[in-house]
Amino acid sequence: MRLLLIEDDADVSRFIVKGLRESGHTVEHADNGRDGLFLAASENFDAIVLDRMLPGGMDGLKLLETLRATGNRTPVLFLSALAELDDRVKGLKAGGDDYLAKPFAYAELLARLEALARRGQSDAPTTKLRVADLEMDLLARTVRRAGRLIEVQPREFRLLEYLMRHAGQVVTRTMLLEAVWDYHFDPQTNVIDVHISRLRQKIDKDFGTPLIHTVRNAGYIMRGEI
Amino acid sequence: MPPPTVPHLDLQDRAEDSTVLRVLRSTGFRLAVLHTAVFIVSAMALVAFIYWATAGAVNRQIDAAIRADVLALADRYREGGHAGLVEAIERRITEDADNEAMYILIDSDGRRVAGNVDRWPAIVPGEEWFELQLERGGDRSVARAYQFLMPGGYRLLVGRDAQERIRLRDLIVDALLWAMAMIMVFAVLGGVLVRRMLLKRMQDVSETAMTISQGNLSRRVATGERGDEFDMLGRTVNRMLDQIERLMNGVREVSNAIAHDLRTPIARVRARLEEGLRQPPDAAADRATLERTIAELDNVIAIFQALLRIAEIEAGARRAAFATVDLSRLLADAVEIYSASAEEKGQRMSLEVPAGLRIVGDRDLILQAVANLLDNAVKYTPGGGSILLSGRALGGEAEIIVADTGQGLPEAERARVTERFYRTEQSRSTPGSGLGLALVQAVAQLHNGSLRFEDNAPGLRAVLTL
Repeated sequence: MRLLLIEDDADVSRFIVKGLRESGHTVEHADNGRDGLFLAASENFDAIVLDRMLPGGMDGLKLLETLRATGNRTPVLFLSALAELDDRVKGLKAGGDDYLAKPFAYAELLARLEALARRGQSDAPTTKLRVADLEMDLLARTVRRAGRLIEVQPREFRLLEYLMRHAGQVVTRTMLLEAVWDYHFDPQTNVIDVHISRLRQKIDKDFGTPLIHTVRNAGYIMRGEI
Repeated sequence: MPPPTVPHLDLQDRAEDSTVLRVLRSTGFRLAVLHTAVFIVSAMALVAFIYWATAGAVNRQIDAAIRADVLALADRYREGGHAGLVEAIERRITEDADNEAMYILIDSDGRRVAGNVDRWPAIVPGEEWFELQLERGGDRSVARAYQFLMPGGYRLLVGRDAQERIRLRDLIVDALLWAMAMIMVFAVLGGVLVRRMLLKRMQDVSETAMTISQGNLSRRVATGERGDEFDMLGRTVNRMLDQIERLMNGVREVSNAIAHDLRTPIARVRARLEEGLRQPPDAAADRATLERTIAELDNVIAIFQALLRIAEIEAGARRAAFATVDLSRLLADAVEIYSASAEEKGQRMSLEVPAGLRIVGDRDLILQAVANLLDNAVKYTPGGGSILLSGRALGGEAEIIVADTGQGLPEAERARVTERFYRTEQSRSTPGSGLGLALVQAVAQLHNGSLRFEDNAPGLRAVLTL
């Protein structure tokens, strides 16, 4: 992926750029709003990581509003130390696609970025999802593995659908909570893990190769072959 | 050389100046002036009406008599010419017993042709109505008169002696003027009284504000039983002060909490890092240290965010996200999210809620509150127990109840569990930050609701009213 990072803090920038490059992405970096807007408007990126508070008279919100006004639809992930609930709402309203509060885990940032960039590509409506020998029919709402029908409840279906749509990508617990249950809250305990483990009982238990894998300190990934 | 006292005097002058300005700008003064003005204007309207109805009526009565007389004389002139007119005038004079009527008819040369007035008065030829001094048989008197131009250059003046009536009118006017003067005095007095009353009732409010700005947050405005505007103001101010006090206490609690409960994990992180540094380099051990440290820091961050979130909710700044929430759906989602965890622990979780239960609120925060209650229930209910989440409409509010069959909560602890970082004896062994119920409480308050705990015999019932 070709990514743009607009962030003024040198340490945070170095950390993100290094990480994203190690994950195999190309990263451009701007350390102020004006340069960032110039880069974002003049070049093509798969996703933009945008800090809320930037020096140089143009903060993240204004930058994004300006960018969206030119018709640019590049997915934008807000990165901000302003973690108050209203700030999140403001960021999403201004045209942001996702919001991550500082301090954050690198794995969470990477997972969200990959999900964002992917979202733009897979817009074509599909009726069937497939990962290895696991098949999901979105119209009949059935799940089969190796040809065998597997009973899943509606919410498990949505959870599995999200994992399959993001096959090969790490998805974090918060992402699952937001995407599958559509609530933004802190579940306190490992409720997501419990749901995943039930899903594993149905999808993976009786079959040779597991498809749902745990990624330590990050979340889960659905993957056919290792 | 100027005397050294001059600058001092100057200052005093300015101080007096500002006092005058302050009085002029004060609401009390303006109200007093307004009161006075309204009083005077309405009194003036009343006086004007009295004048119109009394003295004015006298004038109008005289005028009407004169006008009728003139019309009659004009008729006589049309019928009998000059001779007829003169005869009519003379007959009127002889018939006038009260000696009130006055007439004078002159020809174009100004000679008197008929009438009981000695000579034509010095009046402006163009105007019709006059009030004039007339000499009549040597007597001077005041009359109201009407001038009438006739063919052939003759001019007729018809008048009525108005001495008595004008005296009456003057008496009325005098009385009214005196009354007016008295009214003004009373109006000003009233204004001053209004201002003093206002100041007196405001004094308590401003004294309270003063005491509070000096740091005594417990002082309140005294409110009476009258229920008037000032009592309402007092109550509003008191409510505001309660809120401020609550927020201030919140800030104090948070800083205390940060001091006590965040220092410990941070100290642990520091110790671990220092220890790692002291030991001989070992890639595997270093890595383990780093991972543990990150986990520890994540915990600190989580506590920090929970604290900030509670503070933010308590500040009430989040009503912007309020919308209609389908509570039935939300509770069903909550049960769905947590029932898997309950089943893992061998508990039964069930839901009882009528369809279509709606309230206005913040969807994410309500779910967070319910989630915290369910999370607690799952934590403190042993295997085989059951947890019931129910919701119902109660008046204009909604009541959400989480009832479990766990160990319950001693009565003495019920009030304290919503304090930040408060942990009961039995909960110290389970993971948690001690912030969950504080957040539920904050969410309840944001929705003008409440959170209370009851005995479920056995177990605990958490009742959240929104």
